[in-house]
Amino acid sequence: MLHAGYKCELAKGVIALASDNIGESLFDLFIFETSQNIEQLEQIILDNEKESSFASDAINEIFRIMHTIKGSAAMMMFDNISSVAHKVEDLFYFIREHSAEKIDYNDVPDLVLESLDFIRCEMEKIKTGITADGDGAAIVTKIAASLKQKKDKYQDQPQIMPEKEANDVNNANDQKLIIDKKPKKRKANREKITEDNKNTYKAHVYFEEDCQMESLRSFDIINKIYQFAEVIEYKPGDIMENDNSASIIRERGFEVTFKTAQNITDIDEFFSKLLFLRKHLLKEIAAFDLHQPAEVVTPEMPIENKTEEKQPVANATTDTHTAPIATMINVNVAKLDKLMDLVGEMVISEAMVVENPDLKGLEIENFKKASRQLHKITSELQDTVMSIRMVPLADVFQKMHRVMRDMCKKLGKDVKLEIIGEDTEADKNIITHLSDPLMHLVRNCIDHGIESEEDRVRNNKPKTGKVTLEARNAGNDVLVIVRDDGMGLDKNKILAKAKENGLLNKDSSEMSDSEVYNLIFIPGFSTNDNITEFSGRGVGMDVVTSNIEEVGGSVSIDSTQGVGTAITIKIPLTLAIIDGMNIQVGDSLYTIPTISIKESFFPKQQDLLTDPDGNEMIMVRGQCYAIVRLHQCLNVKTEVTDFTQGIFIMIEQYEKTVCIFADELIGQQQVVVKTLPKYIKNNYKINGLAGCTLLGNGGISLILDVGWFTGYKK
Amino acid sequence: MRQMEEELQEQQEDTQKGRFLTFPLGNESYGIEIQYVTEIIGIQPITEVPELPEYIRGIINLRGKIIPVMDARIRFKKPYLEYNDRTCVIVIDVKEVAIGLIVDSVSEVLSIAEENIVPTPSIQQIKNKYIKGIGKVGNEVKLLLDCEKILNDQELDEISNIE
Repeated sequence: MLHAGYKCELAKGVIALASDNIGESLFDLFIFETSQNIEQLEQIILDNEKESSFASDAINEIFRIMHTIKGSAAMMMFDNISSVAHKVEDLFYFIREHSAEKIDYNDVPDLVLESLDFIRCEMEKIKTGITADGDGAAIVTKIAASLKQKKDKYQDQPQIMPEKEANDVNNANDQKLIIDKKPKKRKANREKITEDNKNTYKAHVYFEEDCQMESLRSFDIINKIYQFAEVIEYKPGDIMENDNSASIIRERGFEVTFKTAQNITDIDEFFSKLLFLRKHLLKEIAAFDLHQPAEVVTPEMPIENKTEEKQPVANATTDTHTAPIATMINVNVAKLDKLMDLVGEMVISEAMVVENPDLKGLEIENFKKASRQLHKITSELQDTVMSIRMVPLADVFQKMHRVMRDMCKKLGKDVKLEIIGEDTEADKNIITHLSDPLMHLVRNCIDHGIESEEDRVRNNKPKTGKVTLEARNAGNDVLVIVRDDGMGLDKNKILAKAKENGLLNKDSSEMSDSEVYNLIFIPGFSTNDNITEFSGRGVGMDVVTSNIEEVGGSVSIDSTQGVGTAITIKIPLTLAIIDGMNIQVGDSLYTIPTISIKESFFPKQQDLLTDPDGNEMIMVRGQCYAIVRLHQCLNVKTEVTDFTQGIFIMIEQYEKTVCIFADELIGQQQVVVKTLPKYIKNNYKINGLAGCTLLGNGGISLILDVGWFTGYKK
Repeated sequence: MRQMEEELQEQQEDTQKGRFLTFPLGNESYGIEIQYVTEIIGIQPITEVPELPEYIRGIINLRGKIIPVMDARIRFKKPYLEYNDRTCVIVIDVKEVAIGLIVDSVSEVLSIAEENIVPTPSIQQIKNKYIKGIGKVGNEVKLLLDCEKILNDQELDEISNIE
């Protein structure tokens, strides 16, 4: 069978991770979509948990996502994932089909999150090429138990009839219930139909809009129908031979007529279990059974009803779902790097053509017009490519909601998470490195930082603790600050602990507050006396520092006892785009991040001062600032050494200000910060340079490290 | 499939093995194993970077990739020669660390059989740590550079300290 064969091939591709093109792209797609779905679902659960009930939209959405995960996992033959997803789907089916207020939701978020964790864990295995062998049975049983409990409870409520599984048990009240309860109606139909022996049905099936491979799926349906019925005909009849059949099916649906002894309820159930069906219409055909015309209408009605009910769900699905998928695609970072290099190359070539020495002295008006147009396009292209790699921090920040929830639940604390500046952008690579440290920090805040409720009340603090995640751009860096309003760090406790562990190599009285606080970043340090599930093993802070240092960042901590702690992660803008001011010194170009420039000005002779040590200074509006001669600092030969010939640029970072003396300002430009080459970084330490950048003409400009010039860094 | 690829790669390595790009420098002729050479380009505008030793002339833009360039003459303590049309930059890449080597010009690619490569005289071994061996081609000798050592300057600096 074609379909099965295809599946096998997919499975092979998955297990061996072979370079089979179809297998791999589908496999990638599966990974990508499923992880996206998991995240989306998690968000929904967390949002709804706060309200302790589920909005009907949310229920539909959860149901849909689980359905998709189940479907695609089954298609990729990850049975453990699909079975767990299936169970969750069952659970939400139950919730969806019953009046929401009557159901006890308390354990639902936990169950779903647990299942998500399981699926995520399996996905990780699959991604790394290990067979996904996790056993979902435990979770499945748990969900089943919960579902059963809910059902039992539901049944206890007298005014509402049991759910569809209970159908077989009672049928006495059927006729009465036809109007209000759908499962009952089906029951009624069955009563009538089972008297006939073999009936002919016509099913009209519509697939979900973006399910793909419609013809294959239709073929699969026919094959499945063969197992219990005799297929008479189907439309379009040439599904496998005709390439256009897929689009025909997409537009007009797929019709199949078959004859079976099975009753309409079972058939209807068969169709509703099929994957990727948007809706289906099932009709009993009278032509073979003319003596029962009255009954023909009745079976159709309830099923039409059902489809009507289902339809809004399907519509809602497409509305909420297609939007993010259609606007976002997943691209390999390596390709983006390549693209950026190519654009850089193109810009250089453009300059080579336009400024070609052969053109010198020629009057070529049209050429100039065309080249201006070319220039406009290339610079636009360059800007776009540069911005592609930038990702907002929102994704990482949003993940913290889950961390927060789990921690609060387990520790019995009530903490609110506030997020500021989540749209701050940073390079994709850096953001990947930020996730783990942030997680540790947030955990630390809740576990160590935020006090218990009683303590907070005693200290006149609001009952609910608060953790703030903040991100913002600051000069060459992105600052990510994790702040809590908890008890703060206990200096003495830290010192005692450090002494005990032999981590102190300095007399404690000589240490500044920040030195003491920074002790907690030393590997193996933990002040928490009780090791909890989440923290206290003294590895957390170590992970934070090593992860951040890997991307060239730094971590610092500030705390006030009783008021709170703030941990600041400073990550460089490696590859990030900054607005820079290009300046010239001698033959070299330098770039200063515009954000740290306060002003630039030509000095007046009377404002210049020199102190007895030879330090040069300048008075600006009654304030005295130190002067940094760039040509001296960076060892560049230049003719401009007299202050009146050049220009001053006042730069500020962390409230320290100096005036830089350069030859002249060239202009402002958006630049991509590149790190200095590996060879130089490995072998030399260069002070005063934060990186380098490519200029539009292919030249290189060195980016000044404002922090170093203002004396912030030693 | 994979096997084929491996074979292909082996073949490639085989064809690269024992092949050296040679270039003159002063009175001597040097050789670099071709497997380390990514490309040879003409001299480019160099951006100076402060606080680097004299032989690192600065950085260049190699089609969007920024790499440092090292003047081979100064590195090997020969007098500096003004760059001209014939000056070349040999881009070498060892374990993803790239560097450009500025040389007067490049000569040719030679195959030097293993039996024709002799180790550097043992007395001078410390001094010549960046020379892997000496290759004999006809009447000439080629000093074969050890790329990995060239890229690991810390070690070289230690050597110059010993000197």
